[in-house]
Amino acid sequence: MIAPSRVDLLPDSQRIVITGVGLTSPNGNDWANFRQALLEHRSGVQPYEVRYFGATLAGVCDFDSQRYQTKKDLRRGTRAGSIGIYAANEAIRHSGLGWENFDRSRVGIYIGVTEHGNVETENEIYQIKGFDYDTSVWSHHHNPRTVANNPAGEIALNLGVTGPHYTIGAACAAGNAGLIQGAQMLRLDECDVALAGGTSESIHTFGIFASFNSQNALASHSDPAKASRPFDRDRNGIVVAEGSCIYVLERLSDARQRGAEIYGELAGYAINTDATDFVLPNPERQAQCVQLALRRAGLEPEDIDIVSTHATGTSSGDTQECVALRSVFGECKTVRINNTKSFIGHAMGAAGALELAGNLPAFRDNVVHPTINVDHLDPACELPGLVTADAQEVAGVDYILNNSFGMLGINSVVIIRRV
Amino acid sequence: MSPAEIREEILDILGDIAPDENLDELVDDVSFREQMELDSMDFLDIVMELRKRHRVQIPEEDYGHLASMGSTVSYLEPKMRDIVKA
Repeated sequence: MIAPSRVDLLPDSQRIVITGVGLTSPNGNDWANFRQALLEHRSGVQPYEVRYFGATLAGVCDFDSQRYQTKKDLRRGTRAGSIGIYAANEAIRHSGLGWENFDRSRVGIYIGVTEHGNVETENEIYQIKGFDYDTSVWSHHHNPRTVANNPAGEIALNLGVTGPHYTIGAACAAGNAGLIQGAQMLRLDECDVALAGGTSESIHTFGIFASFNSQNALASHSDPAKASRPFDRDRNGIVVAEGSCIYVLERLSDARQRGAEIYGELAGYAINTDATDFVLPNPERQAQCVQLALRRAGLEPEDIDIVSTHATGTSSGDTQECVALRSVFGECKTVRINNTKSFIGHAMGAAGALELAGNLPAFRDNVVHPTINVDHLDPACELPGLVTADAQEVAGVDYILNNSFGMLGINSVVIIRRV
Repeated sequence: MSPAEIREEILDILGDIAPDENLDELVDDVSFREQMELDSMDFLDIVMELRKRHRVQIPEEDYGHLASMGSTVSYLEPKMRDIVKA
């Protein structure tokens, strides 16, 4: 029996469920393949070249960009838009919504992004460099490509959605933040369907690689599949990845009425802020965020079956998250803890949403995907129930807690319940 | 550039701007918009590409001359006749 949550006390019109999942990740272009890759230890990290910076590693997506867009759409828009359009269309298809006849003024689009506009600005500067920085050849496409709502707006244009659309800028906590925003808007009756999640085109800006490198936080390894190694003693930084994961969220009442298949229910969430440093995380505040989400869900730490960690493979970030998690889950006997970035790298604004999607199938198959590349566990990263090496079958999975943290001290936690 | 070369150049630009269109049967004295999906941003792309490739400046009041292939070539001929095709 599933432990009761405070959402049980809410009317169905205030309970938010997941009824569709669409994604592209560096190791899978749909939910089933992504999950399979996680169970088969398939990494999505590969050698990669980026302008000015040169050879590095990245998580690169190879989805069919022309499945839902024309060549002209692709030329005019952004990579973030394209990745999100793919994921959103896949999510709608997966949800079984009667999309052709759906009132699109009642659809909201809420897309988390770590950053947007760097890729497009770098491209334009590169272009005008060839014209001795003559700004008269600066593209008229620059502004529509770089406005902060672009990744959500392109999805709206593609799908003919006339309800609200915007991005949620929340650094690397953005995937969870998009999901939370979608749920809130459903509860406020601002929409009947929320397309919510996160997107990242970050591998196409050299700046993100160069900045992580200057911070001594960019991963390197002779074997690309081994480069992203959270919790391992020999981790040396982040593998930047692109990707997108977008959920179809609905009120439970609507989902039941249309007989939708339900993949999980939002049991609780929290967002808080460290307010202590631009970059360095604050484990005390992270723990407070986890506890706030648990409290709002009406749950105890022992009720959580899987903790999907944020850890990115940096020296201090991983250690600090482990401090936070030990303070909350240190006494838990049955919790399992894993990390999806070890497979795909850090998909920035998409990370939280993708990592949750990587774990959601555990509600049905009772398997916890492993954290790969933990060849020598860093003693500072020892956690109860940390799943390394191989996937673990467990008796049952009722609650998954998904961490996602970002620069400027933004923390986000989402708790999903089996339905 | 000769009128034929200017036409080739415009076709090349259109190939980039409208990659989904079949340009083989483009009729020169019928407007672009009647034959393909082009919006104001696309026309600005034509202006921008001519500026980038050949430093040809087209003032806004002259944009109307870019309505069809025929009118575009006629308009550009005096501006591009001294340009040597690369």
